[in-house]
Amino acid sequence: MSTAKPTAGADKLAAESSEQYLTFMLAGEEYGVDILRVQEIKGWDKVTRIPHTPDYVLGVINLRGAVVPILDLRRRFGLETIAFGPTTVVIVVRVMTGRDERTVGVVVDAVSEVYNVDAADAKPPPDVCGTVDTVFVKALVTIEEKMLILLDIDRLIGNSIVDELVPGAEVA
Amino acid sequence: MTFDLEMAEIAKVFFQESREGLDVMESGLLSLGATADSENINTIFRAAHSIKGGSATFGFAEVAGFTHGVETLLDEMRNGVRPVTAEAIQTLLQACDCLREMIAATEAEQPLDQVRIASLNGDIKHILGEANEAPASVSAPPAAAGNETAGAGAASEPSGWRIRFEPVADLLRLRNEPTRMFAELRRLGAMVAHADASRLPPLDALDPESCYLSWNIDITGQIPRGKLDEIFDWVDSGCRLEFTPTGGSAPPAPGAKASAQPQAAAIDAGSAETKAVSPTETKAVALTEAKAAAPADADRSAPAGAPVQKAAGDSGSIRVATEKVDNIINLVGELLITQSMLSSFADGIDPNDLDRLRQGLSQLARNTRELQESVMQIRMLPISFAFNRFPRIVHDLSRKLAKKVELKLSGEGTELDKTVLEKISDPLVHLVRNALDHGLEIPERRIAAGKQETGTLELAAFHEGGNIIIEVRDDGAGLNKAKILQKARERALVAPDQELTDEQIDNLIFMPGFSTAEQISDVSGRGVGMDVVRRNINDLGGHVQISSKEGLGSTIRIRLPLTLAILDGQLVRVGKEIYIISLLAIVETIQVARERVNTLVGRTEVFRLRDEYLPVVKLCDQFGVEPDSRSAEDGLLVVLEADGKRVGVLVDDLLAQQQVVIKSLESNFKSVAGIAGATILGDGTVALIIDAPGLISSAAKQGAGAVAAHAA
Repeated sequence: MSTAKPTAGADKLAAESSEQYLTFMLAGEEYGVDILRVQEIKGWDKVTRIPHTPDYVLGVINLRGAVVPILDLRRRFGLETIAFGPTTVVIVVRVMTGRDERTVGVVVDAVSEVYNVDAADAKPPPDVCGTVDTVFVKALVTIEEKMLILLDIDRLIGNSIVDELVPGAEVA
Repeated sequence: MTFDLEMAEIAKVFFQESREGLDVMESGLLSLGATADSENINTIFRAAHSIKGGSATFGFAEVAGFTHGVETLLDEMRNGVRPVTAEAIQTLLQACDCLREMIAATEAEQPLDQVRIASLNGDIKHILGEANEAPASVSAPPAAAGNETAGAGAASEPSGWRIRFEPVADLLRLRNEPTRMFAELRRLGAMVAHADASRLPPLDALDPESCYLSWNIDITGQIPRGKLDEIFDWVDSGCRLEFTPTGGSAPPAPGAKASAQPQAAAIDAGSAETKAVSPTETKAVALTEAKAAAPADADRSAPAGAPVQKAAGDSGSIRVATEKVDNIINLVGELLITQSMLSSFADGIDPNDLDRLRQGLSQLARNTRELQESVMQIRMLPISFAFNRFPRIVHDLSRKLAKKVELKLSGEGTELDKTVLEKISDPLVHLVRNALDHGLEIPERRIAAGKQETGTLELAAFHEGGNIIIEVRDDGAGLNKAKILQKARERALVAPDQELTDEQIDNLIFMPGFSTAEQISDVSGRGVGMDVVRRNINDLGGHVQISSKEGLGSTIRIRLPLTLAILDGQLVRVGKEIYIISLLAIVETIQVARERVNTLVGRTEVFRLRDEYLPVVKLCDQFGVEPDSRSAEDGLLVVLEADGKRVGVLVDDLLAQQQVVIKSLESNFKSVAGIAGATILGDGTVALIIDAPGLISSAAKQGAGAVAAHAA
């Protein structure tokens, strides 16, 4: 078990090798995304549906004049869907797909915390699951005795947007 | 030669200006054929001169050297020493092309086409009749300067130089380093530099970034002038430089205070008055004095001459980065959205309390619309940008094809969106080449047909009902309808028994893989012409048509939208979703009568519109939306046309018509079949814009699929 360093109240400057992660909840699991990629967090709002897209693409919204797609992460991971409640939020992230930067919103159950994660503490994901979804997992860290799943957002969203979808990713 | 970033920026401007200068030269040269007025030659000369000055400043020695020859020829023409002959004009036109390539190669840091440069240089020299005369330009770049010294050196080989170097105050700010130059000088020979601090101001007035020093440098050794020029190449603009040969067989060196000494050559990068004559003493002195009087900025303005001149013709244009303009357009689009958001908000509240708000809002609406219109204008460029290249193309092609052609341009001031303009240029070139190659006949045949020897090719642009129309008209032979029909039947583009109207036959030439040219020439006839033209135009949301009378000529008519950023849209509703269809694609909208709807093989519905059966596309099925009703007679049928195919699109309701700002789905997502883009409606929600041609072709495929599935 590696030691974890929660940021809460930590005055000391983050070490050079540490990165900040915003975490969110999804079906009882806690995921983290690089906070530098997060543009904003907004409440769930009605979307405009787009035809001929996988079911996890909920649609597009108007984000101050830009047309931004919204992805449902539960559907993306093939988890059971739930009704959107008061804690349901859209995390708007900037992702790199190829040479372009795109702005994409992902719907998650709730946002959780911001943690400093030491690069040394991050463990590669175990190569067991055999499910394609683990390719989106950058690393696992233990923080306050909880497992945190750090997502490779570029891969996750790039894969969801580009036309060649990862086989099996489209789980009903 | 490596630039730092700032320098690269400036060089970019130089390349851009040089290209404009070349355009000026070219159009000037082409009109020179008709009338050899001195003002015109002057214009060409100035453009050439700016390019020379600029390229010398940036150290593009070969460009400068080459331009120098061109300039010399032009100068002699200007002074009436040299007659303006067709041969000379042709050579100069080729020189323009060559320069354009040299500039492109220099910009891309590619090697230059030395063979071509040398051969053209030879041509120019031949015209000048001075092949044996060494050009002695004072501001000539190293290559030419080398020749000069070779020539001059034969007379007197100096065993050293005295250099007077008075830099401008900005020397250091321009990233020049005198000590580095001195180090280079030192490598050429023993060097002693005396700094002259007489210009140093008192300490409180001293700007630490300015250079107040000047130098007297004595250097010994048999050094060609070119070497010295090379070292000072970077700084010579605006600086005062004097080279005095010392010792050897050179005349006795004048005193230390020599300012107008014999053989002193003042060099100045931008120096306009450099003549291709050996600089005699008097000339050199005169030059030095003239330049001393003319401050450095006078020279600086020289390279800017070409664009300014051009701008004068274009009623004062400015160069704006497209990105910036696009940004403003986006902002204005958003402003428009906010405005309509506010209006729809106001609509929902008691109007009595909000009279003033409504007034303000209507004013805001007017303002935003006006602002949007004027901002959109920034992107609009006159079509002359596309038309300007045609005089040259026609000139070259008519020579090659031995045809006599008069090109008439009209409506060059008609403005259209930059993007549209850029994309229409190539198709237009294609059409013009086609008209010259296939349309217009050779003089003998024209005379035999009782027509004027010289054919006419007209390019016209004008507005018509919110669209731009571009017409390419020729009074040539017209299309051979029988031959086209025969060819189309041979290639199974038309069924053997199919009857076609004349217009339909003419438009067959836009079919893929169609070319009637009997012989494939390098002008046209590869069979990839007209269908590509049509596709390009369709991609722009435009339309192309040809009409032709045998023996009298053809007219190709291109209809283009004014802009690509805004679209006149029809809002339609399907279930709870709102989609937008471009008004350009809508032919008509009709209420569906039950008896006119039939099914094909039990599935695909067709609708009888007058004497035509249209396939019915149900948007609800296409897009997977839950509609109000699935049966055709409860909805409205919007008849769309694209690529000559028509379909009826079934929607639940027609809503407003409005201009919408097109937003790309691809910028944050990806392209979606059947969807051309998105826009933001007054209530802030996103609505998708239907891609009419895409919808039609995918409907055709699905129809075929359905039939196949049924058969199986």
